[in-house]
Amino acid sequence: MADRRLIVLGCLLAAAAALFLFWGLRGPTAYILELRLVKLAALLAVGASAGVATVLFQTISQNRILTPSIMGFDALFLLLQTGLVAGLGAAGASRISGLPGFALETTVMLGAALVLFTSLLSRTRHDIQLMVLAGVVLGVMFRTLTAFLQRLMEPSEFTMVEARMFAQFSGIDRSALMAGLGLMALAALWLVRHHRVLDVAALGRTPARSLGVAYDGLQLRVLCLIAALVSVATALVGPLAFLGLLVTSLAHSLMQSHRHALLLPAAALIGALILVAGQTVFERLLHLQSTLAVVIEFCGGLLFLVLLVRGKIR
Amino acid sequence: MIDISGLSYGPAANPILQNVSAEIPAGRVTALIGPNGAGKSTLLKLIARQMTPAGGSIRMDGLDLVQAVPAVLARKMAVVAQHLSVASRVRVRDLVGFGRWPHSAGRLGPADHAAIANAVELFDLGGLQERFLDELSGGQRQRAFIAMAYAQDTDWLLLDEPLNNLDLNHARNLMAQLRHLAEAQGKGIVIVVHDLNYAISWSDHVVALRDGQVAFQGPVAEAATAERLSALYQTPVAITRLEGQVFAQYHR
Repeated sequence: MADRRLIVLGCLLAAAAALFLFWGLRGPTAYILELRLVKLAALLAVGASAGVATVLFQTISQNRILTPSIMGFDALFLLLQTGLVAGLGAAGASRISGLPGFALETTVMLGAALVLFTSLLSRTRHDIQLMVLAGVVLGVMFRTLTAFLQRLMEPSEFTMVEARMFAQFSGIDRSALMAGLGLMALAALWLVRHHRVLDVAALGRTPARSLGVAYDGLQLRVLCLIAALVSVATALVGPLAFLGLLVTSLAHSLMQSHRHALLLPAAALIGALILVAGQTVFERLLHLQSTLAVVIEFCGGLLFLVLLVRGKIR
Repeated sequence: MIDISGLSYGPAANPILQNVSAEIPAGRVTALIGPNGAGKSTLLKLIARQMTPAGGSIRMDGLDLVQAVPAVLARKMAVVAQHLSVASRVRVRDLVGFGRWPHSAGRLGPADHAAIANAVELFDLGGLQERFLDELSGGQRQRAFIAMAYAQDTDWLLLDEPLNNLDLNHARNLMAQLRHLAEAQGKGIVIVVHDLNYAISWSDHVVALRDGQVAFQGPVAEAATAERLSALYQTPVAITRLEGQVFAQYHR
């Protein structure tokens, strides 16, 4: 009994994907199709994981305007990238791209998230607002450290970091893509089994606990899941701060429901749809390269301001 | 019975609760009364296990509350907090349905739907059940949360200042329903109330707190006397009888 709105979203996404694959297919068809397939898979993975991660984060923070990037997740990623290049030099860093690079980045992201949030959770008395404040402070710290490291760098290393700092949908790393998809499949499995308890967790810590939910353990697990999903999205294309916010706002206004069984697939589909449709329009219609990220950030940032002004902070 | 012994909470130099021992009878309505800052809500939250005591023990029908597993507790007692807000867009009917979580883990069966319908009916939410929580008034939202706790179908029901947002009609109905639940279904009800008249006329038992300690406790008829209440609140309280009803007169 799939929801009708989800089916419509799925059909739209399939249409957008087909358009992306087959529009203007000329020359060596097999080769171009393969390139486009890899790109499509990356777009789907990034859109879906950004959407799902943001919905999950808004559930455990009981706040509709926060995104994982506010907690400093992508700033941590940038620091990691810069640190890698600074530590190993340009040549060394380019050698560990691909699967080992992705594995390393994801592991460090997960480890950092675990260390940060277990210590934060026990110290801030499970107060999510204090935690978010700490996240903002950490984000600033990560960014400052990143800037500091970049000052110390050689120009050749700096250009390499620059290339990784901005979201780009060309030049997808295939082995990282496979690893990301595997990680997402694991996350999806967990969510299929546990989406109901998330509905209760969205009530807040106290009500959820008095309904018998072991909230603290659940919150920690969800934070790890968010860290994993954010690393998939950021490792593949770089930081996209406002995509998640755009996606969750659309998912909420479309589904009008608290149920994660509806919200999570809707967010995944909408995220993927925005990226695939946007990329198709930009590449095939406007013949532009790598400007989609800018447009998404612009629209998302505008939405963020509108939500702030209209006072929809909750 | 809830058996509280030697309970303390807060820093040792400046405790919020200090060596509190009390017995709250099963199947009765018990009111926690006392002036502001006496520790009523703290005591209720400790019983509800929303906070961990610094010392002492609480046993509910022989079950040690400090050790108990959340999932077991959720079938034993339901709690209605004082400040109720929900970020996600939840409909009233779905909120009441959350009360069935301890029994169904989110997969609602026929028995669960019957319990939800019963709770909706009992707390006068029939016309509101398709509305979103953020579209309701404070009192309506409060009733929705109380209905959720009722749907939880527990032996004990804990309510922190449930009358705060309610108008005369709904406040009176709520107290009548709580009494009915205690008498007909044998549920133990513990409420924090500020209005002495509601406490005296609807509850069986009172536990009076002052400065984090038990001032007095016992059945209403014995415990709530003019001298004790005046001393408790440090203001003159007169007890009068009118047409068979007991009134606390303190407002002028």
